[in-house]
This record gives sequence, C-alpha cells and structure tokens, in this order.
Amino acid sequence: MLIEAVRLAVQAIFRNALRSFLTVLGIVIGVASVIAMVTVGQGSTEQVASDVEKLGANVVIVVPGQDAMRGGPHGTTAPMFSTRINDTVKARVAAVAVSAPISQTRERVIFGNANRLSDVVGTDNRYFEAARWEVAAGRLFEPGEIQAGRAVCIVGETLRQALFGAGDPVGASVRIGAVSCRVIGLLRSKGASTFGADQDDFVILPLATFHRRIAGNADVQSLFVSVRDGASIDAAREDITALMRELRRIGPGEEDDFEVLDTRQFALMLTGITDVLTGLLSAVAAVSLLVGGIGIMNIMLVSVTERTREIGIRLAIGARARDVLTQFLVEAIILSMLGGVIGILMGLGLALAGARWLAVPFSPDPGVVLLSFGFSAFVGIVFGFFPARRAARLDPIEALRHE
Amino acid sequence: MADPPFIELEGITRVYGTGEVAVRALDGINLTVRAGEFIAIMGPSGSGKSTAMNVIGCLDRPTSGHYRFAGVEVAGLTRDQRALLRRHYIGFVFQGYNLLPRTSALQNVELPLIYSGRPRAARQRAALEALRRVGLEARALHDPSQLSGGQQQRVAIARALVGDPKVVLADEPTGNLDTKTSVEILDMLRRLNREAGVTIVMVTHEEDMARYADRLIGMVDGRIARDEQNREAA
Ligand SMILES: Nc1ncnc2c1ncn2[C@@H]1O[C@H](COP(=O)(O)OP(=O)(O)OP(=O)(O)O)[C@@H](O)[C@H]1O
Ligand SMILES: [Mg+2]
Repeated sequence: MLIEAVRLAVQAIFRNALRSFLTVLGIVIGVASVIAMVTVGQGSTEQVASDVEKLGANVVIVVPGQDAMRGGPHGTTAPMFSTRINDTVKARVAAVAVSAPISQTRERVIFGNANRLSDVVGTDNRYFEAARWEVAAGRLFEPGEIQAGRAVCIVGETLRQALFGAGDPVGASVRIGAVSCRVIGLLRSKGASTFGADQDDFVILPLATFHRRIAGNADVQSLFVSVRDGASIDAAREDITALMRELRRIGPGEEDDFEVLDTRQFALMLTGITDVLTGLLSAVAAVSLLVGGIGIMNIMLVSVTERTREIGIRLAIGARARDVLTQFLVEAIILSMLGGVIGILMGLGLALAGARWLAVPFSPDPGVVLLSFGFSAFVGIVFGFFPARRAARLDPIEALRHE
Repeated sequence: MADPPFIELEGITRVYGTGEVAVRALDGINLTVRAGEFIAIMGPSGSGKSTAMNVIGCLDRPTSGHYRFAGVEVAGLTRDQRALLRRHYIGFVFQGYNLLPRTSALQNVELPLIYSGRPRAARQRAALEALRRVGLEARALHDPSQLSGGQQQRVAIARALVGDPKVVLADEPTGNLDTKTSVEILDMLRRLNREAGVTIVMVTHEEDMARYADRLIGMVDGRIARDEQNREAA
C-alpha cells in the first residue's frame, strides 16, 4: 500500500510538474541557503585553521593595553615595551624559543613613479625566524646593519609587484616617507589570509633604523614570540604574563596593562565571525522553510478540493480513512523531499561558486546534507498532515456528489 | 429460495436536513434480499432509489431502522469496518460512471485491488480479465476521456466485478446508453448472477431492463409501493 501511495504521489506531482515546482520553491530556497552557508562557513573555518598553521601554531604575541581583541588602538594609555623587555622575556621564560621586538606604522613607499601605502615594520632577524619567513631573493640583515641602524630594507611580494612589477628589487633604492633606503632582500609570499588581508604588503627595516629615522622614539609596540617545540603554549603564556606583571610592577589584584595573545584566540575570533554569519543566515533559511511548508500546505489543500470526487470514489471502493491519509501525506512528503533534493543540489552549486570566489576550500558536510534532507521530509509531514486529514475525513457520498 | 437473508432492511428511514426543510428520502423501508437474487428497483426521480442504494452499500447511514448485511448489524460497525465491508463484499456501479480522470481503464479497474493489497502483477492480470469480460481489453490503456459513454460504463462495471464481490449495486447502469448496448450490459449482469451467483441490486428507469431481474421493487416517495417476483425472468 505504501508503494502504491508513493507511485500515486509521483504521478500526481508530475502531472502538475510546473505547479509542483513552484510549490516547493520555498523549500528549495531554504535548503539551498542552509547548505550553501554551512558549506562555505565550513570552508572558511578550515581556511582560518590553515592560516593559523601558516603563522605558526606556537606563536604568542604580547601587546600593551587591554583592547587589542576589541579592535581598538593598541594600548593607547598603557606604556609601550622596550628592547630590554623583549630580551628579558627570552632570557627568563624557558619555553620561549625566539622573541622579536616589533614596531610598525603605515607609510607611503616610493620607487620612481610607483608608490604604495604599506605597513612599515621595524624589527630584526629574530622576527623572520619566529614567523617563518623565508628569503626569495637577496638576504636578511647583517648584525652590523641592525646594530648601526643602517638604511637597508627587506620587502614583501605585494610591495615588490606594486613598485617593481616583475623586476628584481634587490639593490634598488626606495623612499619610505622622507627616508631613503636600499633594498637588500625579498620575502617569499605567504598569500592572503582568510578574510583577504594581504600578508605580503610590507617593508621591514632594522628596529634601530625605524626608531631613529621613522618613529622618532624607542618604543617597542609588540613582542612576537615563538614557543619551543613540545612546550605548552598555555604554560608559556602564564609564565610570560607573570614576568610582564613583575617587569611592569603591577601589584596583586591589579589588572594587566598588556595582553598575551596566541593564535588560537585569533582563530576563535575569526571563526566566531563565521559562526555569527552562519547563525544569521540559518535563521533566514528557517523562515523560508516555514514559508515553503505553508506553500505545500496550501497546494495540498487545493489538491484535496480538486480531487474530492476521486477521494469519494476511493472511499466508496473500500479505502479506509487511513489509506487516504497515507496517500496525501506521502504526496506532501515526496513533494517537499523533492524540494529538499533540488535545494541540496543548488546549495552545493552555490557553495562551490562561493568557495571559489572567497578562495576557501569547498568542503561539503554529508551530515548537513542528510540533515537538510530529513528536515525537508519533516516539513512535508508537518504541513501535509492537516490537508491529508481533511481528505481522510471526507464523507464518501458528499465527496462523490462534489462537482 | 432456501437461501438465508443476505440484505435485511427493517423500518429504514433517511432524513436529509432538519426542521422545515427536512426531506424524508427513505420513509420506512422493509426489504429482504437473499443471496443470489437479481433485483430491480424502479420508481420516479427523487423517490429515494439512490439513497436506498447508498444505505445498502454501507456508504450512508440510515436515520433510523435496522440494517443487517450478511447477518451483521451495520449500525454497530465503525467507519473503517464499513470500508472493509465495501472493499471485500460490495461492487458499486455508480449513477454517472465515476471513473478517475486521466487514469487508464486498466488502472481504474485495478483500483479496488490496490486496497485489498493484491500484488501488482496479479492485480493487472485480474484487471485485464475483468476488462475482457466486458469486452474492453483492447481499450485497457485508454483514458476515460478517450472512451464512449457505453465503454466508460463497461469500465465501471469491470471495476465493480474485479474484486469478486458478493453483491453488485448498480445505479442505472444503462442510464444514458442506446438499447443495443443496454441489452449487452444487462446480459452481462445476468450471466454474472446466474454463473457466479453474485447478488445484484439494480436501479433502472426502463421496464425493458427491469425484465432481466428476478424481482421488481417499485418505490414512490421513499416507500416501497410494489414488490413482486418476475415470472418472465430468463
Ligand atoms: N445530500 C442530500 N441533501 C438533501 N437532500 C437530498 C440529498 N440527497 C438526496 N436528497 C433528496 O432525497 C430524495 C431522494 O433522492 P435520490 O437521489 O435517492 O432519488 P433517486 O430516486 O435516486 O432519483 P433519480 O432517479 O433522479 O436518481 C430527493 O428528494 C433528493 O432531493
Ligand atoms: Mg438516483
């Protein structure tokens, strides 16, 4: 009997193919957006994870102030660090492999007629080691250049393309604001991060050069720390925090005036954004599934009215109420599952396009696909029940008399 | 005539509506039909013939009175039990053919067997056989809209026969048909009655058709005005 109900339902659905398609459009849109959102969201989460991997999973960044994670200016009131603090962190925390002092600003970098507004970073060779930068051409700084604060610099790939095109930057002289300096190296590209931030758009100077010629002070804005292989990041953070409190003379019970961030926190922050997006669009999807369900209920009610005489014939011939109920319920379920399948295919298509466009991996989740399918069947059951029950409760004689 | 009573109506009334506008479509009907009888009900339009057929077919419930089908008090049955009773014992030929539109003759005839749970292959075989009995096997795959009135009526008869019912209730089976086709259909019903022992209750307007029955019931205003054996029945 169930097989017959399925056969009948398929016949009825394809007899009115266009109407059936329009009916399930709501379900299609709902399922498609869920699938597309979740799949793209999944992809960007994976991308974040791989970005973090690239940055180094064992990296800790120490910044002054407490509002770095909220996107405010870095430690506007808290005092800056110094090169001495950087060296003390390395000397006193056993888990620290490398600690690099960093200061940076944004400045226009000029070569001939070309120019670009880029990040200008003052640091030393320890940064290249901690952040795993490799040299593509030329070399890193010489100890003498670091010590004396020579006017030499190393450029990232993006800046090279902007200033030199395909040409070799090594040996050229560029101007950073008012300061002239010679390019001695080019770094290998790391590419864009998840949300499109260009990681190669910078020029790096020795810290002393940066202090004297560009910043006009001796502040260190952050410490870029890599933790030894095998050492616990959490333990390293605790140790660094304790040391920093001591160095900055923060009494017991007083709040930190600095932050120790690890890459997991960045990852959490980024995936947090993704989660919010996914949640928001899931709500939209839920609404359109609801609308889709009401559409199915409506069309099933129309169908019951149109086929009243047919129902009368079936009842007279020996169909029980539950046979008629099954028939119409199965029809509603198949209709909405059909919408689900179309929606899943469209959603995967959209996700593929979206993943290409955002340059994140395309990673469909079989669980979500199955869940969407199940959910569309559920919508069919819920919204098909009322019309089916109405059909099942018809009086056979009145139904037969129906024109 | 030693057969036990098969259909027993006792003081059956059926009132439509209430108060001023109430219509007594059936007004105290007493009727006993024995298994294997072939009965014709006649009477003017509006005299309650179709209403009586609906009660006999367990489609409608009388307002008062007792109805026993094969000894069972129908008033005591649930809706589903009555559906099962129709499914297994009763074949309907409706006034107006009542075939499913856009559905082949074969599928129309198969319909009752779907509900009795017959497997598909057996179902199609039985439906084709029923169509053969009414001479329409060549039209098995035609829709009702592609069939003449007489052909549609024969499909309706095939559908009534296909489940091997104990009773066939035929409401004006020759209503809109020419004499030749009417005679063919009546011959068929009588053969069914004689050879398979199927009880037949038929409503008709025409004396000529009524002659095929063993017994004639005349209805007027919801009552039985005449009930006589037909000695001429072949
Ligand atoms: N659903 C209904 N509601 C109200 N009155 C009805 C209903 N069905 C039938 N009637 C009335 O009951 C009476 C008997 O109707 P019925 O259909 O049984 O007549 P009939 O003998 O079959 O007539 P015909 O030969 O025209 O088919 C008629 O007066 C009719 O108007
Ligand atoms: Mg009638």
